[in-house]
Amino acid sequence: MTELWLLPLLAGCGLMLLAAPLGSLLVWQRMAFFGDALAHASLLGVGIGLLFFWSPLAGAMLGTVLFAVLLWRAEQVRSLAGDTWLGVLSHGSMALGLLLVYGYAPPGVNLSALLIGDVLGVTLADLWALAVVLVVGLGWLFWRWRDLMLSVLSPELAQAEGVRLSMLRAQFMVLLALVVALAIQWIGVLLISSLLLIPAAAARAWSREPEHMVAGAVLIGMLAVVLGISASWQWDWPTGPAIVVVALGLFCLLWGAARLLPRLAP
Amino acid sequence: MSAGLCLHHADMTRRKHNKPSDTEPLVALHGVSLSKGGRAVLDQVSLSVPPRRIITVVGPNGAGKTTLLRVLLGLEAPDSGTVRRQPGLNVGYMPQRLPLNQLFPVTVRRFMNLQGRPGRTAVVDALELTGVGHLQQRPLAGLSGGELQRVLLARAIVQKPDLLVLDEPVQGVDFMGEAALYRLIHSLKESLDCSVLMVSHDLHVVMAATDQVICLNHHVCCEGTPETVESHPDFVQIFGPRDAETLGVYHHQHSHHHDLSEQGGPAARD
Repeated sequence: MTELWLLPLLAGCGLMLLAAPLGSLLVWQRMAFFGDALAHASLLGVGIGLLFFWSPLAGAMLGTVLFAVLLWRAEQVRSLAGDTWLGVLSHGSMALGLLLVYGYAPPGVNLSALLIGDVLGVTLADLWALAVVLVVGLGWLFWRWRDLMLSVLSPELAQAEGVRLSMLRAQFMVLLALVVALAIQWIGVLLISSLLLIPAAAARAWSREPEHMVAGAVLIGMLAVVLGISASWQWDWPTGPAIVVVALGLFCLLWGAARLLPRLAP
Repeated sequence: MSAGLCLHHADMTRRKHNKPSDTEPLVALHGVSLSKGGRAVLDQVSLSVPPRRIITVVGPNGAGKTTLLRVLLGLEAPDSGTVRRQPGLNVGYMPQRLPLNQLFPVTVRRFMNLQGRPGRTAVVDALELTGVGHLQQRPLAGLSGGELQRVLLARAIVQKPDLLVLDEPVQGVDFMGEAALYRLIHSLKESLDCSVLMVSHDLHVVMAATDQVICLNHHVCCEGTPETVESHPDFVQIFGPRDAETLGVYHHQHSHHHDLSEQGGPAARD
């Protein structure tokens, strides 16, 4: 029984190591719906993967990364705002993906598993893919962290001091796309965004420095993963929603405490 | 303020490992033009910033001074003309107003450490120097405009830039007294071994504390040492003969200290 839960637990905690800093960056930059858009687009990737008999994970990774690059290019067309591009491209590609999955899915592939995830379906191969993205992603974050902080605080100041904003944003979007693609199988298209946003937003209540917020989000996210999976085992709940509900509970607790104890809150 | 104005730190004079060339200009603009909304903001402007110089751009409101700085920093692209920056140029920028992301949690001290790795004492010294040492633990989002400008100046100091770009430095930092601020800027040029490019529509004290003055009114009207510029007919025409006459040229002297109360006399503001 333990082995059954070990892989999903490891995958969840590994994902949180990247989801926390990326989610914090989304929260700071008012990009809350960006994760959702990538998740929707990943469905198109899964559909294409099925069409060509690749693994759904490979299709999803390719699809989301291509979508991120497309979105990055589209953002530079100024006559439509970024959020409009996001809405058009993400919902359009989700619809296309749904048609492909509907038409080409072999009997084994279950649409609802894609939408709300299948935590127990995590394989050792998925874990290896996660490990590679984890090493690359954390390395990139450590390398570019100060530039990222400066560009979030003031794009103008960052640019004046020689940070190439467009390249930084492209790299950020590609990394986010990879994490989202890895997470769909685990938690599903509908709930990925909450994994990015809720721990980061919860940690914001008690953070004075950016790094505190990221560390807090990692802890909150991992706690939600452990408690959510335990609850799911205990009461036979669907795991994805259980994890998100625990995270939501922590969010309410931390913001409530910050409001009730304003002297202690930063 | 008086004691703090001179920089004694040995590390401030340390040469940077990738210091740009000593003879090439740090930044050079050639024939730069830029229109906004059908109006020519910059018209065939050429300008070069050599190492270890203080250059002040003066001109009336709306003359394109801030736009010139933004083009020079690469924040705006000109319609025509060329902008050349030395590769690896380390720029410290203090804008007139800096819109900050209020959602980003960061204290003044952490902000000071976002670029490079200044030591803790260097950060404290720089904040003390610009008069905001007491704000270290405060969230950056809660500062007033003037406090933020002083923090930005302190940050520019610890970064040891090759070029310090200041847009209307007196406006936010006025409590210090203009003369004191310009003395600080002058001592920064010496201790950081950098060039300073300032913009101002104040003629009074700026002119005296600089090596070269550029009078801008969409195009470069005249340029040269403060003495040559203030007698130039174009300059007199723009700022009026009365203002030009009352310009007191302030010479930098280390032997005595100007107090705020000595700052009287008609200031030539528009």
